[in-house]
Amino acid sequence: MTLIDSSVELEELRGRIVSERDPDTPCITVCSGTGCLASGAREVIAAFSHEIEAHELKVELDFRATGCHGFCEKGPIVVIDPDEICYLQVTPDDVPEIITKTIKGNEVIERLLYVDQNTGEKAVHESDIPFYKYQKRMVFAANRRIDPKSFEDYLAIGGYQALIKAFFEMTPEQVVSEVKDANLRGRGGGGFPAGKKWEIARSAPGEPKYVIVNCDEGDPGAYMDRSLMEGNPYGVLEGLTIGAYAIGSHEGYVYIRQEYPLALENLRAAIEEAEKRGLLGTDILGSGFDFQVKVHRGAGAFVCGEETALIISLEGEVGEPKPRPPYPAVNGLWGKPTIINNVETWANVPLIINKGAAAFASIGTEGSKGTKIFSLVGKIANTGLVEVPMGINLRDVIYKIGGGIPGGKKFKAVQTGGPSGGCIPEERLDLEVDFDELTKAGSMMGSGGMIVMDEETCMVDVARYFVDFLTDESCGKCVPCREGLRQMQRILTDITEGKGKESDIEVLQELAETAREASLCALGKTAPNPFLSTFRYFRDEYEAHIKEKRCPALSCKKLVSYFIEPEKCKACLICLKECPAGAIDGAKKTIHIIDQEKCDACGICFEVCPSRFEAVMRVSGEPVPPPIPEEQRMVIRKSKQQ
Amino acid sequence: MSGIRMRIDGKEVQATEGMTVLEAAQSAGISIPTLCHHEKLAPFGGCRLCIVEIAVHGRNNIVASCVHQAEDDLIINTRSEKIDRIRKSILELLLAHAPDSPQLQELAADYGAEKNKFKPEPSFCIHCGLCVRYCAEIKKKHAVGFIDRGIRKEISFLPEIASAECNDCKECFPLCPTSYLQAAFVLVESLAFPRGKATRA
Repeated sequence: MTLIDSSVELEELRGRIVSERDPDTPCITVCSGTGCLASGAREVIAAFSHEIEAHELKVELDFRATGCHGFCEKGPIVVIDPDEICYLQVTPDDVPEIITKTIKGNEVIERLLYVDQNTGEKAVHESDIPFYKYQKRMVFAANRRIDPKSFEDYLAIGGYQALIKAFFEMTPEQVVSEVKDANLRGRGGGGFPAGKKWEIARSAPGEPKYVIVNCDEGDPGAYMDRSLMEGNPYGVLEGLTIGAYAIGSHEGYVYIRQEYPLALENLRAAIEEAEKRGLLGTDILGSGFDFQVKVHRGAGAFVCGEETALIISLEGEVGEPKPRPPYPAVNGLWGKPTIINNVETWANVPLIINKGAAAFASIGTEGSKGTKIFSLVGKIANTGLVEVPMGINLRDVIYKIGGGIPGGKKFKAVQTGGPSGGCIPEERLDLEVDFDELTKAGSMMGSGGMIVMDEETCMVDVARYFVDFLTDESCGKCVPCREGLRQMQRILTDITEGKGKESDIEVLQELAETAREASLCALGKTAPNPFLSTFRYFRDEYEAHIKEKRCPALSCKKLVSYFIEPEKCKACLICLKECPAGAIDGAKKTIHIIDQEKCDACGICFEVCPSRFEAVMRVSGEPVPPPIPEEQRMVIRKSKQQ
Repeated sequence: MSGIRMRIDGKEVQATEGMTVLEAAQSAGISIPTLCHHEKLAPFGGCRLCIVEIAVHGRNNIVASCVHQAEDDLIINTRSEKIDRIRKSILELLLAHAPDSPQLQELAADYGAEKNKFKPEPSFCIHCGLCVRYCAEIKKKHAVGFIDRGIRKEISFLPEIASAECNDCKECFPLCPTSYLQAAFVLVESLAFPRGKATRA
């Protein structure tokens, strides 16, 4: 493999690759993102390789293991191009049939198609599935089309065109102003305009300058950066190289979290390949511009996603945030001007350069341009990654794309923005999702996590959960965050255990103000948000816990009791056998009774009681009825009576 | 010397390039409470007691004066209802650790902080980091450091270094606002110093 010396050579190579590919040749793509791999994609891929070999189809069929397709709920996903026939939850056993029927016989296999839960209608093509239909895939589009390890695949879809345009048709100043005009705001949490950051770094004194990819995505339930890095590492590297050119940096770092082995593997492969091909290194494409990228693995601290902590960690010290200003754009890595953006932000850069700032800015709202990838998780029918234009109605994300709440349950809230974000209730569902609207609603964009909660989720417990998380992940340097979280955690735990006092709310509000106003970094300043936003919209739940010792969602273990309704119990023994505490008394033909002294309120009896009986009842804030007298516990079956 | 002029509590204050707001205030005789600040050590910004209000575009931003650089035309208030409320809250959080520290008690009296607002904590370290930073920055020995993070963060002497360095130094002892440091030292001394090295009279 030879070094590509010029843009002309690169275009020639692209031309060759594209001309060798017939767009009408069927191509099987299997999602091999972490989600699908976990649900068995590796075995599906092996089965395809085996079948293709056995049927000698190598010539007339393309096969590609791609990055994450996003519809993680239904993995492993197989899409057959050019017709976009989409098969869901494919197992290795389905593979021979796909080859014989769909590939050889042009026949669609009905049972592998998407079925709409409401209408019962099937969708053959990927774009007919509601989950995909209402999305706008720009940044995430390449993921489904390329093998993340294939440089050729990336070229074939137009990769490195933006880099050529930036290097040979634009000055660094023009690149900066293009990104500025596009009003690309940082996708990592803060939402600071990337172009402005670049401009500051470009004009700041000090050499060398650095560029950093923040791939330390740590919000519970958020995985868009992981999927982008796994699925399209060249795209991220191209964006980073353009950024380096724009500010005059010759050294870049990717800070990638320990827990992302596949992203690391694909990124390393891409860097190695790009170096071999001359798209990283000295004199890239004969432009005279040098740029190299190094990879640094995080060691598992959430706070290292905060830019100053990340930089200190890169320097080899303990990852603790530093006061800002000075901002990294002026005084960053090794005290030099540094731009640090997250994976999704960098992945947007080639799109902006290719299509121009105006095209990018034509999507979105006044203050937030382009699209945003959200990870839609929790109590939602269609778990997965969704890319939508800024300004989309939140209700559409949850119902049209997400398919609503499973199991006929009622929607309660959606938590956005990661642990220090906030909960948005039903009555605010019509808000237009962008940086500013989410902030106004008392939450934030964060990196794009969306955790959906149903009526069985206790909002006090949600606040406690996120405060717990932050208590573990605070660096512990400043008092308002470290000590404030310690006390908030204690109080919230007390409330969920029925030990809350009326004065607790006032203390929580005081601690919240102290943390918000006086903490050193953004983690501490936003740490009270789980409490503040749940309290803002679900004050009644706090009051029920504190005043009535009642959990309205019937979720807090210490506030919930279980009993068996004698009229409904059929003495089937199931709950009795499953109870880990041995708290259920009964026998064949003897109505079961829960011994409240022994009961741990684990809820297993409630779960296992057959739905045709529904004899196990759950109450909170009220005493359970007394057990029925011994002599009435005999079950008399109707059939036997007759 | 390039002169910086600012207003602190309505008083015209002169500062030089590189000074922090705290240093500028102190040089003008305006006192701001601190716990983790030490003039010989690099600014830390951990205790947040030295917060002040800075007027920016008509709103008051709260910053830690020990790390905020002095700039021309800053308008600063070192006391306000809000500042006092937050300082009180910070002190109450710390009093859960070290209710009998004279330094904390004195500040608590100034700000009306309650000693027993929160349940007492087992460790009386308030994480001001004076010992850790003094040992690292001035003595360059790193005999005492922070371990773990978040609410589990503690100071700890490193036996290997401490056993060789600490007996003849102990310059960090008087810095500790709660005497926890001495306790930590005694602990590591009795647990980990080689026999005979422990020369406490």
